[in-house]
Formats: sequence, C-alpha cells, structure tokens
Amino acid sequence: MEIKEPIVKIENLYKTYRRGSQILTVLQDINLDIADGEFMALMGPSGSGKTTLLNLIAGIDTADSGIIEVGGIDITNLSETELAHWRSANVGFIFQFYNLIPVLTAFENVELPLTLTSLSKKERKEHARMALQIVNLADRMDHYPSQLSGGQQQRVAIARAFVTDPALLVADEPTGDLDRVSAREILDLMERLVHELGKTIIMVTHDPRAAEMAHIIRHLDKGVLNANTEAPH
Amino acid sequence: MQILKLLIKNSFRHKLRTSLTVLGITIAILAFGLLRTVVSAWYAGVEASSASRLVTRNSISLIFFLPLSYKEKIRQIPGIKNLSYAYWFGGIYISEKNFIPNFAVDAKTVFEMFPEFVLPEDQKNAFLRDRKACVAGEKVAEKYGWKIGDTITLKGTIFPGNWEFVLRGVYRGAYKGTDETQFFFHWDYLNETLKKTDPNRADNVGWYTVNVTSPGLAADVAAAIDNTFKNSLAETITETEKAFQLGFVSMTEAIIIAVRIVSFVVIVIIMAVMANTMAMTARERIGEYAVMKTLGFGGWYIAGLIFGESFFIASMGCALGILATFPAAMAFGDAMSTYFPVFNVQRQTIYMDIAATFIVGFVAGVFPAWRAVKLRIADGLRRIG
Repeated sequence: MEIKEPIVKIENLYKTYRRGSQILTVLQDINLDIADGEFMALMGPSGSGKTTLLNLIAGIDTADSGIIEVGGIDITNLSETELAHWRSANVGFIFQFYNLIPVLTAFENVELPLTLTSLSKKERKEHARMALQIVNLADRMDHYPSQLSGGQQQRVAIARAFVTDPALLVADEPTGDLDRVSAREILDLMERLVHELGKTIIMVTHDPRAAEMAHIIRHLDKGVLNANTEAPH
Repeated sequence: MQILKLLIKNSFRHKLRTSLTVLGITIAILAFGLLRTVVSAWYAGVEASSASRLVTRNSISLIFFLPLSYKEKIRQIPGIKNLSYAYWFGGIYISEKNFIPNFAVDAKTVFEMFPEFVLPEDQKNAFLRDRKACVAGEKVAEKYGWKIGDTITLKGTIFPGNWEFVLRGVYRGAYKGTDETQFFFHWDYLNETLKKTDPNRADNVGWYTVNVTSPGLAADVAAAIDNTFKNSLAETITETEKAFQLGFVSMTEAIIIAVRIVSFVVIVIIMAVMANTMAMTARERIGEYAVMKTLGFGGWYIAGLIFGESFFIASMGCALGILATFPAAMAFGDAMSTYFPVFNVQRQTIYMDIAATFIVGFVAGVFPAWRAVKLRIADGLRRIG
C-alpha cells in the first residue's frame, strides 16, 4: 500500500476564545495528519470546534499554540499579509451559503481570485471558462448568482475554489443549504476533484450521507479530536 | 476585473439609495457653488480693481465732499499719469427697487481712467458733445430696454429733483468680471445745475481717482497726496482702488461670513449623509469582504473598493452639481442683477467643489474602510447565514 506524504500536519494545536472574563477552550491538543489527495470529512456536534479547526487549517484564523504545516509551510508563523498571499495560492474555499459576489456573473466570480495571480487577462478568461466547464456550467457563465439555483451557485463556488489550482480545498457544510439531489451532485463533483485533479479536500459536515463520500471521517467533540479514524462503509 | 468594474457595479447595487445620495450631493454642490459665487460676487469690485489706480476721498467719510480745486494740486504730484473725479448721485429710476449705481463723472477722463468700460468711439464722441448725455452698461440698458437716444429720468435723492438724461452710449465690459450695470453722466451737468439751485454744494466732487505711472509708486503717491492736504479744511485719505472697494465689502462682512459658514455647513451635512450611506453599504457587505479576504484579497484592496465607491458616488453628484451650477448661477444672477452686477461662477469655485467632493468621499469612506481592514475573516464569515 502506497504511503502518501501528509499535506496537512497539525501538532499540539490549541485555540481559545475569550467571552467577557471567561476563556473558552475551543480546540485542545489537536494532532492530525491529512495525506495528499485525501478527502476527509470532519464531523461532530454543533460547537465542537469543526469550523474553527477548518479555519485554522485554511489560515483564516490564528491558533493560540501549536503547529499547522500545510504543504511544508508552518502557517502559524505567517503574518496577515503573508497569509493572504498564501491562501490565494494554496487554498480554495467552499462555503455553506456559496458566498458568491451578487453583482458579478458566474464567470466573473470564478475569475475573481485569478486577479491576484500573474496570469494575463486572456489566460484568466481561459482558466475561468475551463473551471466552469468542469462544473458543467459553461452555458451559465453570464448568469448572475440570483439567476442560478442553489446547486448551480455551489458549483460556481467550487469552480472559484479550484480555479487557481490550489492543493487544498476546504469546505464548510457545502451541502448544508441544498436539497438531496443537488447535494449529491456537489459531493460527486468534489469526489471528481479528488480523483481527477488530485485535490485534497477537508469537509466539515453534519450530514452522515455527505461524510460517506469521504475517504476518511474524523470526529471532534468538545474541542478534542477523536483518536479513531473511521473509514466510510 | 478590475477593481473599477466591481466598484461601479457595487455603486449601483442599491439604485434608489445611490440615486438619492447622488441627488443629495448634487444639491449640496449646487448650493455650495451658488453660495461661493455669492461671496465671489461680493468681491467682484475688489477683483476688478486696478493695481495702478488710487482713490482719494475726504478723510472723515466718503459722504463728505472734496473741493474741485484739489484737481490741479493732485495732478502736479510726481508719479501721477492721469486723474478723474466723480460723485455718487444716488438717483432712482422710476422706483426705489430699480437700483442702478449712477455717478456724475468727468466725461473727458472717465473712459481713459477706466479702460475696462468699452465704449465705441462714435458713442464716446456723442457723449462728450452733449452735456445731458449719459452712458449705461449693457446689462442695465438691456434690463430696462433703453435704446440710444432715449431720455432717461432719474429722481435725485442726494440732489433733489427730476434729472433728465439722453442715452448716448452703452458700454461693454472688457473682462468677464467687469460691472455692466453702471450709469454715468456729466459732472458738469450736475455742477451747473447746483450752481443755480444749491450753490454751496457746487464745485465739489465725491472722490478723485488717479492713475499712477507704475503700481510700485502707489504708496508714495498716496502719501504725497494726503500730505498735500494735511491741515486743510478737507483732509484726504488716499488708498488703492482695491482697498477702497474692500472698505465697502467690510461694511457687510458679517453677511459674507454667514454665507461662507452656511456654504461649509452644507458640505458637512452632505458629508454626514454620504458617510451614513457608506456605513450602511459596508455593514451590509461585511460577509462579502470576509469572503474576499478569504480568497486572498488584502484589507487595503477592500479599503480601495470602499473608497473607490465613495469617491465614485461623490464624483457623480459633484459632476451633476457643477453642471447645474452654471445655469442656476445664470438664472440667479439675472434675477439678482440689481444686487450682484457681476455673478460669474469662478474657476476657483469649481476647484472648491472638487476639493469638497474629495473630502466628502474620503471622510465617508474612512470608517467603513478602517472596519474592513480590521475585519477578522472568521468574524465576517459568521455574519453570513
């Protein structure tokens, strides 16, 4: 059996929030390796710290202590600006509520993160068109988010997430706002991204059916990562 | 894409809100422009003053006369190129509401002294030939429908009686800021009449205007004139034409200060309106800003979007406001020509409009931009859904 290098390596990670005079420990002593090309589901009850862990891995929140290495870079040492650059090149985000910019068309939304790259205008347009083709929305590229269904909007959001070709995709409840059929389409698409494009996906979900699509399922409870690694049936 | 495209699209996201804000700025810029033009109009006489002209008047007050005999003594002072004199007549045309600045002038020298009043040669000759002749500015002639050869009667207030004049010329201003509402007639006509009706007031003038050979000599010549008449019955005070005009303006300084304050208050009010619009806009988009930051856009990029939108909306209002200022000023100037003979929107007013717009756009964008820069992504994302 082939042993893949971990793309994400987390050691002794702690995160607390202060609420008034109270200090709440959200994550404690998290140790986690995620292999390159893996599709991992992160489950747990509300308030267990799933989204916080996802945000930390994606570099949009900062840890109190511990190490988070993504692709060999310890992102806990990066400044705000360095993190912004790092995120634009290395991480794609898929949100529960799609979070597309409403005044931009599907095509412009997908093109948006490419404006941070050194690609020419022509190359940007080519990449955006190709990403929309992959998510089967080539015929809807001039539509605004309000003219698309929830499932279509999420596919645009996925295209936006991988258009810059990041190694890691993070998804926070990507099917949470969708009906069963649309949710299934989204999960199939994410699986294709892993198999065909070799992406690593970390998905936070409440939905056991969604988690079934992952290669591996990890559980968080009260900020502690369950030592057992569950493989879907 | 284009921050420009995004900020333009963002600006029209709430069409009604943007339209109302643009309308507010348009009205504010229009009001600011008109008020500043009122201030400029107040100073029009000062601006039109010549640096080489001096005005000599009675040191007690302008309402006291100076003897005509001073004319030759002043003329002999070195550094003086030419000399003219005049009298404020204060006549009323038909009714008191028809205010016309009217002067008894030395017909032979007035147009040489004030070359900004351009009178065709034939009309000038006709004016000189006829003692009862008068010359009016084009604006005043147009306003009352006067034609060359018309008889115009002024009712005297300082010099009682009905005074008849024949219009022999209509002057035009050489410059945009030249007053075209004045009315001149022969001092000789006034003086000869006074000799018959009120001899004690004859052979006097209201003030002398002298032209110095070089503006650099103005101070020395002024001092020399005043020294000449020191300890006389009618001591003089000589000052530059600009200072003379400023003396009139300073009498109404409180009004000008009030107009200035109101003009700035208008800008402060629209600044608050604009700031409110931008604060509402930014608050609604906190989630989007968080998403953009997540994608890798820095805080300053987002601040750029906010400032850009703020400047864009303010600029639209400014452009419309400036465009509206010109016809509004023309209409206002026509309606108020009695009080503001020169009512032109000055270039400086436009620059002030633009500067005010820039300040409004900047101030309105500061707080939302600062919030966006400081926004923690996780906090912003929590606001969605």
